[in-house]
Amino acid sequence: MAAFDKADVKDSEIREGVDRETVETVQSMAGKYKYGWETEIEMEYAPMGLTEDIVRLISAKNNEPEWMTDWRLEAFRRWQQMEEPDWAMVEYPEIDFQKQYYYARPKSMEEKPKSLDEVDPKLLETYQKLGIPLKEQMILAGVEGAEEAPAEGRKVAVDAVFDSVSVGTTFQKELESAGVIFCSISEAIQKHPELVKKYLGSVVPQTDNFYATLNSAVFSDGSFVYVPPGVRCPMELSTYFRINAENTGQFERTLIIADKEAYVSYLEGCTAPQRDEAQLHAAVVEIVVLDDAEVKYSTVQNWFPGDEEGRGGIYNFVTKRADCRGPRSKVMWTQVETGSAVTWKYPSCILRGDDSQGEFYSIAITNNWQQADTGTKMVHLGKNTRSRIVSKGISAGQAQNTYRGLVSMHPKAKNSRNYTQCDSLLIGDKCGAHTVPYIEVRNNSSRVEHEATTSKVDDDQLFYCRSRGMDEEEAVALVVNGFCKEVLQALPMEFAMEAQQLVAISLEGSVG
Amino acid sequence: MALPQAKLTATEDRLARLSMPEAPGWSALPRAAALARVETMGLPGRRDEYWRFTNPADLVAADPVPSTHHARQKTQVFDQMDRVRLVFVDGVFDAAASDDPALAGVEITRLAEAQEQDIHWAADLYGTLEAQGHEPVERPLAALNTAYATDGVLIRATGKAEKPVNLVYFHESETSDAILHHVIKVESGADLTVLENGPAAARFNKVMEVDVADGGAFHHVRAQGRDHDRRAVTHIFARLGAESLFKSFTMTVNGALTRNECIIDMTGDNGVAHVAGACLGDGDFLHDDTVFITHDAENCESRQVFKKVLKNGATGVFQGKILVQPGAQKTDGYQISQSLLLDDDSQFLAKPELEIYADDVACSHGSTSGAIDETALFYLRSRGVPKSEAVDLMVLSFLAEAIEEIESAEIREEIVERLSRWLSRHRG
Repeated sequence: MAAFDKADVKDSEIREGVDRETVETVQSMAGKYKYGWETEIEMEYAPMGLTEDIVRLISAKNNEPEWMTDWRLEAFRRWQQMEEPDWAMVEYPEIDFQKQYYYARPKSMEEKPKSLDEVDPKLLETYQKLGIPLKEQMILAGVEGAEEAPAEGRKVAVDAVFDSVSVGTTFQKELESAGVIFCSISEAIQKHPELVKKYLGSVVPQTDNFYATLNSAVFSDGSFVYVPPGVRCPMELSTYFRINAENTGQFERTLIIADKEAYVSYLEGCTAPQRDEAQLHAAVVEIVVLDDAEVKYSTVQNWFPGDEEGRGGIYNFVTKRADCRGPRSKVMWTQVETGSAVTWKYPSCILRGDDSQGEFYSIAITNNWQQADTGTKMVHLGKNTRSRIVSKGISAGQAQNTYRGLVSMHPKAKNSRNYTQCDSLLIGDKCGAHTVPYIEVRNNSSRVEHEATTSKVDDDQLFYCRSRGMDEEEAVALVVNGFCKEVLQALPMEFAMEAQQLVAISLEGSVG
Repeated sequence: MALPQAKLTATEDRLARLSMPEAPGWSALPRAAALARVETMGLPGRRDEYWRFTNPADLVAADPVPSTHHARQKTQVFDQMDRVRLVFVDGVFDAAASDDPALAGVEITRLAEAQEQDIHWAADLYGTLEAQGHEPVERPLAALNTAYATDGVLIRATGKAEKPVNLVYFHESETSDAILHHVIKVESGADLTVLENGPAAARFNKVMEVDVADGGAFHHVRAQGRDHDRRAVTHIFARLGAESLFKSFTMTVNGALTRNECIIDMTGDNGVAHVAGACLGDGDFLHDDTVFITHDAENCESRQVFKKVLKNGATGVFQGKILVQPGAQKTDGYQISQSLLLDDDSQFLAKPELEIYADDVACSHGSTSGAIDETALFYLRSRGVPKSEAVDLMVLSFLAEAIEEIESAEIREEIVERLSRWLSRHRG
């Protein structure tokens, strides 16, 4: 876990913090959701429901130019004619889209703070508690004692999104000197309209699907990244999404552009308070990768998954897509999905440029009553394009876990390669694991290989661990971590540590 | 839910061309129920997910696409075997051309005749397995078959059948639209082999319902070939009891549009089901294997092995599913679908699915697609094998895993022989 600078915090807060930490440690050991608390803060909401006026209001709150408002309205009108998709293997009560708040922002954010010093301390405290200090400081790689960790610290710039607004972005100055633009998307619409106009909706069009269209109409904030030609982003960028307000949907929009020969690694984390009511989250992430550029996108999705009885949790309907537009461009999606009551998410790669490359590494863990339908699409359009899919699904309790994917080799995608490996692990006899791959090969110089297995945790391995003195839960966690190894290794150091612990925590209570 | 207008119109147009037999006897009830299913589901269309890769238009159209008829060939694929031949010409039983159906251990009746009897063992089965086969995916063309089948054969095996039953289909009318419905019952401890071959009709819709009781064994080998403009949809619905064995192999060459569906429900412990197919396509060819195996009992084994070799714009489709129900522990499920694309115009479309609700199982599937291995080809040529022969050799070795699913060595050799001859005719 990330350390934070205690010298800056007052004595009383330390005591309180320590107490909280103890409570949290105990909670996490009992397998409870660690981030289920709520920040008590005065909020300002848009009226409940969704109409053209609400769309205009969101646009006005962000001081958007007319073209942006029109773009949103166009999406909204389209959305009204669309039907919610029902093909995924997930079941949930009908969502009443008129019983949601589409905009919620802390009152203290009415005047946008000019620097981090002006941000409401309550918000800063929230992020500190989540282990994401909004201070420009060195974050130690890994945890204490990790011997491979580099001696010097590593920097990670953070954009923190709280309900509908971005609270602040760290290291903006330092990034600016490298030419990298990293800010909230609302700020980008003001300051870099030409970039936003050019790329927004160019990867995930407004009309793409029900949730993406809804997002296009009502997205309130999100992150924007532009890395200029030839620049290797000097630090990792990250966005931390926190849902706090009740009955409020979060609709963020992320747009990442890696210009020619640029490189950036981007991390995304998310949590929400524990509530009995389910909450909606519908995000869109668009990534544009130009010639010879590379983008790594890593997610640890830890939205509130609902309780043991299946009450509450986040409904997570996400559209993520990367467009490898130039030759030799490269994108890598890594995701660890442990949260959310319902997950509907398919981070995809359009391999348009010749020799471009897409990778997808995923761990999806479902426990209790969680349902996940997740996977990827690899659309090979250019010559010599390569893609690799490694998906590990783990299902426990009464949960359902589905891998759904598409590999498509266009007639022009000569000499392309795909390798897919989907493994599912079942823990207990009440859960389900499913694999739904679509394979479309339209030329013969390409090779496509797909393999999938489903099995249970190996008794011999468990017995071995237990004979070495581990209890059953520890043993299962170890075996599962081994099962996920290929994906965990693809994560940046900070995330890998967290993910490994998450794997163990998510499965607690699933054995016996 | 009301059907979309286009689907409704297509269904009405198709049904308007069909009529039920004048004296359906006991089949009246299951036929009426099947018709009600068709009307509720509507016939398949392009936009149906289950027809994602194969356009069903020609199978659904009011009238069949006319196709040249085929002279009765002097030699048939299973001629070498001692067997009982039952001949259908354009979907109508031809008693004169058929063998005497008397066979020790087996009872054979023609559907058209059996319907007239007051009591018949098939009355409880006709349309029953088909009716159960619409979850979770609807198969309206099979329901249409139950409702309007003009003929078929009812076979009950009570012991080990002395020899195989060979259903031979001849095609003599350019516009024949044949609908055949067979019902097969393999009693406990019985053992039956059914062989099928022949072009059948301009358009062919066939359903075979197979009920294998505890400890029964059913073998099925089918050869689809010769007719280049074949448009056929076939369904096998099988229900397997405990300790039973079901093996089905299909060789397919040629054919403009062939959809073979196989729906198997394993209801008793320790059952074994193998479904395999080897197909060769050249040019105007679409072959679709759609398989759905449900494990509903413990310790069952299922295998799906499908191999396709495609050239000159041919299309191969595979949709396969293993569904393991809660409680079907110790399931061993295996599924492989592979294609060998001999040129750049051909395509392979696959959807190999697993849906698993039991934890103590070992299920796996694999799917690959690619060109011929140049290194292996080079090796063969360096040993003096001419290129075209080397390619044929590699194609046959690629198909071997599927062909090996045929238990009878005699039939296996005949199939390999037929495939080799086809390959030598389709070089270049």
